[in-house]
Amino acid sequence: MNGFPALEVEKRRTVPRWLQFIAPIISLVLALVAIGIIFQALGIDPLFAYEEIFNGAFGSSYGFSETVVKSIPLMLTGIGLTLAFRARFWNIGAEGQLLIGATCATGLALAFPDWPRWLIMPLMFIIGFIGGALWGIIPALLKARWRVDEVITSLMLVYIASNLVNYLVYGPWKGPEEMGFPYTSKFSEAAQLPRLSWTRIHYPTLIIGIVIAVVIYLLLTRTKWGYEIRVTGENPSAARYAGMSYLKTLLLVMIISGGLAGLAGVGEVAGIHFRLRYPEGISPGYGFTAIIVAWLARLNPIGAVLTSLLLGGLLVGGDAIQISLGLPGATIFVFNGTILLFVLGGDLFARYRIRVKSKTEG
Amino acid sequence: MSEEVIPVVSMRGIEKRFPGVLANDRVDFEVRPGEIHALLGENGAGKTTLMNILYGIYQPDGGEILIRGESVVIHSPREAIELGIGMVHQHFRLVTSHSVAENIVLGLPGNLFFPEQAAREKIEEFSDRYNLTVDPEARIWQLSAGEQQRVEIIKALYRGAEILIMDEPTSMLTPGEVEDLFTVLRRMANEGNTIIFISHKLDEVMAVSDRVTVLRQGRVEATLETAQTEKRELARLMVGREVLFRIEKNEIKLGEEVLRIEGLHALNDKGLPAISGVSLRIARGEILGIAGVAGNGQRELVETIAGLRPATGGHIFVSGHEITSRSPREIIEKDVCFVPGERLTALVPEMSVTENLILKTYRDQRFIRGLFFNTREINSHADDLIERYAVTTPTRDTPLKLLSGGNIQRVMLARETSGKPALLIAAHPTSGLDVGAIEYIWQLLLKERERGTAVLLVSEDLEEALTLSDRIAVIFEGELMGIVPSVDTDLEEIGLMMAGAHRLPVPEAGE
Ligand SMILES: Nc1ncnc2c1ncn2[C@@H]1O[C@H](COP(=O)(O)OP(=O)(O)OP(=O)(O)O)[C@@H](O)[C@H]1O
Ligand SMILES: [Mg+2]
Repeated sequence: MNGFPALEVEKRRTVPRWLQFIAPIISLVLALVAIGIIFQALGIDPLFAYEEIFNGAFGSSYGFSETVVKSIPLMLTGIGLTLAFRARFWNIGAEGQLLIGATCATGLALAFPDWPRWLIMPLMFIIGFIGGALWGIIPALLKARWRVDEVITSLMLVYIASNLVNYLVYGPWKGPEEMGFPYTSKFSEAAQLPRLSWTRIHYPTLIIGIVIAVVIYLLLTRTKWGYEIRVTGENPSAARYAGMSYLKTLLLVMIISGGLAGLAGVGEVAGIHFRLRYPEGISPGYGFTAIIVAWLARLNPIGAVLTSLLLGGLLVGGDAIQISLGLPGATIFVFNGTILLFVLGGDLFARYRIRVKSKTEG
Repeated sequence: MSEEVIPVVSMRGIEKRFPGVLANDRVDFEVRPGEIHALLGENGAGKTTLMNILYGIYQPDGGEILIRGESVVIHSPREAIELGIGMVHQHFRLVTSHSVAENIVLGLPGNLFFPEQAAREKIEEFSDRYNLTVDPEARIWQLSAGEQQRVEIIKALYRGAEILIMDEPTSMLTPGEVEDLFTVLRRMANEGNTIIFISHKLDEVMAVSDRVTVLRQGRVEATLETAQTEKRELARLMVGREVLFRIEKNEIKLGEEVLRIEGLHALNDKGLPAISGVSLRIARGEILGIAGVAGNGQRELVETIAGLRPATGGHIFVSGHEITSRSPREIIEKDVCFVPGERLTALVPEMSVTENLILKTYRDQRFIRGLFFNTREINSHADDLIERYAVTTPTRDTPLKLLSGGNIQRVMLARETSGKPALLIAAHPTSGLDVGAIEYIWQLLLKERERGTAVLLVSEDLEEALTLSDRIAVIFEGELMGIVPSVDTDLEEIGLMMAGAHRLPVPEAGE
C-alpha cells in the first residue's frame, strides 16, 4: 500500500452519544443522495424532485394533513417494532399483523351495525389489538419452542393474512351494494372514527399512538418487563442464567408489537376507508415501512413518533412526484429500500471508525 | 540499569484519563530487547490501558512512545503491527467456524485470494521454531483454550510481531498448558523477541520473567529485576500493604445437608457424556472443592446444578427439595447462587453496573414500586454493593464493559454473594483477580461458610482448593475419583486421582 493513502476501518469501543444521534441523520442524507443519482439516471433533476416531495408532504396544509394521516399507522406499528427489535426478535411481519387487526375490527363492525359508538369503538380497538397480537405470537412460539427463524415465519404470515383479506373481500364479506368492488359494506356511523375538521386525520388513533409511545418508553426503561426484554436482546444466555423465560419475554414483546400493528389496522379501516378493502388498499406496506421508522428512531419508542412523521411525509411526497413527474408506482419501494439499507449500514458504520491514512503517518 | 542497550519499547510520561479515572498517571515503562517483562498490578491499576495505548487502541492524553529509539505515534493496531508489535488479548478474537490457517491470514491486506500454501508453510515454520504445535486444518471450535492461544500467538508472529504483548495469558489455561506456554515464551525471547506479560499470579511472574514493572493506581511503583525480588515484596508493592497468603480458617460445626447429588449424568455441548454418575453432599458451613484438570466435566456439573443444562440421569436435591432439571428460576428461588467460570454467560457488558448488579434480584419486592422499578432503592443497593465489594467504577451507570477485568469479576461476586445464598456455586471465583482481591474473595467465601452457606468451589488452582475447602472431590473424565479431607492431604494421591490413575471408593454413594 506504499505511497497511496489508505482507508482504515477500526471498531470503536464505545459509540459517542452525539454520533448515535447524528448517524441516522447522516444515513438519511446519504440515502437521499443515492436516490438522487437514480433520479439523475432517469433524467429527472434530483433537486427538483426533492423539492416536489417536500412541497407535497409539508408545503401545504392538505399535504401536511395527509402526512399526519400516513404517520399514524407507521407510528403505532413502528413503536411496537422498537420493542421487538430491542429483544432482537426480527418481526418483519407487522404488515400481516396490521391486516389481521383491520380484519377483526371489520368483522365486529359488520356484525353489530346498531351498537352505539361508545361500545363498538373501544371494542374494535380491543379486538384489533388481540387479532394482531395472536398473529404476532405465532412466530414467537415457533421460535421459542423449535428455534424456527422468525424472519421467515413472520414474513410468510403476511402472505397468509393478505390472502385471507382477499378471500373475505372477494367472497363472503363482499358488500352487495359495492358494485362488484372487492370491498365490504360501509361501517355504521358509530363504527367510524371522528376526523379533525376537513382532514382525514382520525385523531383518536393519533392520540392513542402518542400515549402508547410514552407508555412503551416507560415500560422499556422503568419496569422489570422492559429490563427482561433488554437483557434478552443484549445477552440471551445471561437472561437464561438470571431465570428469565425466553418464551415469556418473546410472547410479551410480540403481543405488544403485533397488537400495536393491529391497532394501526383498526385505524385504517375505521378512520380512513370505513370498510375493509383488498390488502393493498388498506396498507401500502405500512408494516414494512415501519421497520425503517423503528431503526431511524434508534429503537426508541418516543423517537418513533418523529420518524413516523418523516416517513409519512416521504410516502405523501412520493405519491406527489409519481403524479407530477410520471414515475412508476414502484418508485416509493425503491425509496424505502434504499433508506433502510443506508440506515442499517449507518448503524454499522457508527460502530466503526474510518480514517484516511497518508503515507507520512506510517 | 545498563544503559548501552536501546530499549525496544520506551513509554515516557504516559497519561490516560477516562471519565472519572486517571488510568495511567505519567507512566514510564521500558522494555529491553529479548526480555520477558512482566507487568503487575491490582485490578484497575491500568495495565490493559497502558498496553492498549502501545497497541494503538487508545491514544494517550500525554507522554511519548519510542520504539527502538525512534519517537512514534501509534494511531491504530494496524500501525502497531507495522512497527512489529503484536497483542494477544485476554479474550480470544478468533472466528470459531474457520480453520486455524484461515484465522491466521484473515484480515491481512492484499489477501483477497486465500494464499493457503504460503500460510501453511509459515505456520509450520513457527510451529517448529517455537514449539507452537497446532494443526492448520483444525477448526477453532475444536481447539482447547491453550491451542487457541497458540493460534493467536502465531497470528501475531505471522504479522511480523517482534514485540508480543500478552494480557493475562494464563488465566484460561490448565497448569500443563501454562508450562507449555512458558516454554514457547522462553524460546521466543531467546530468538530475540520481546515479550510483555501481564499476570496476577506471582508464581508465574517469578518463574518466567526477567524484569517486573509494578503499577498501582495508574502509577509505576517500581521496575525490578525478577531475580532480585520475591513474591512478598511484589505483593506489597502492588497492594500497598502486606498480603497474608495464609488465612485463618475456623473450625465449624457442620449443619444439616444442603446439597445432595445422586448418580448424576449430563452431556456436554457436543452431546457426549460429560458427567457420569457423580454423587456428593455438602452441608451447611462446608466448602467442597472440586479439583481436576480443566475440561473434565466441572463446567457441565455446575451448569447442571444451576439448571442451565438438563440432567440425563440422577437426582439433585437442595435443602431437601428435588431440583433436578428444574428451570433456572426455580433453582434461584431455592437460594442457589452461581458464579460461572465463563463470565459472559452471567453478565450483560453493554448494560450499566447497576443493571448488572440486579440481574438476579430484579424481581425483589423492595426494588419494585407499583408497576415501576424503585430506582432510588436500586441505586442505593448498587452503591452499597459497589462500596462493600470495593468495585472501582467511575459511576454506577457506567457500562460494565468499560470496567477492568477484575472489577467486572467483583461485580459478579458482589451480586452472587450478597444475597445470603443457601448454596453458593463458585467456579473459578478468583480468576483474573489481583492478590489483594484474591485474599478478599477467599475471606468472603470463608465468611459465607461461617454464615452457614454450603459452598461448591471449582478451582483449577489446587492451592486455592486446599486452602479453602473442607473436603476435596477430584474429578476425572466426568467421574469422581474420590473425596478426601483437605487437611493432611497427600498431594501425590490427589495428583494421581486428577490424572485418573487412582480411585478411592466413594462412601457417600450408598449412604
Ligand atoms: N474505555 C474505558 N472507558 C472508561 N474507563 C475505562 C476504560 N478502559 C478502562 N477504564 C478504567 O480505567 C481503569 C484501568 O483499567 P485497566 O483495564 O487498564 O485495568 P487493569 O490493570 O488491566 O485491571 P485488571 O487486572 O482488572 O484487568 C479502570 O478503572 C477502568 O474502569
Ligand atoms: Mg486488564
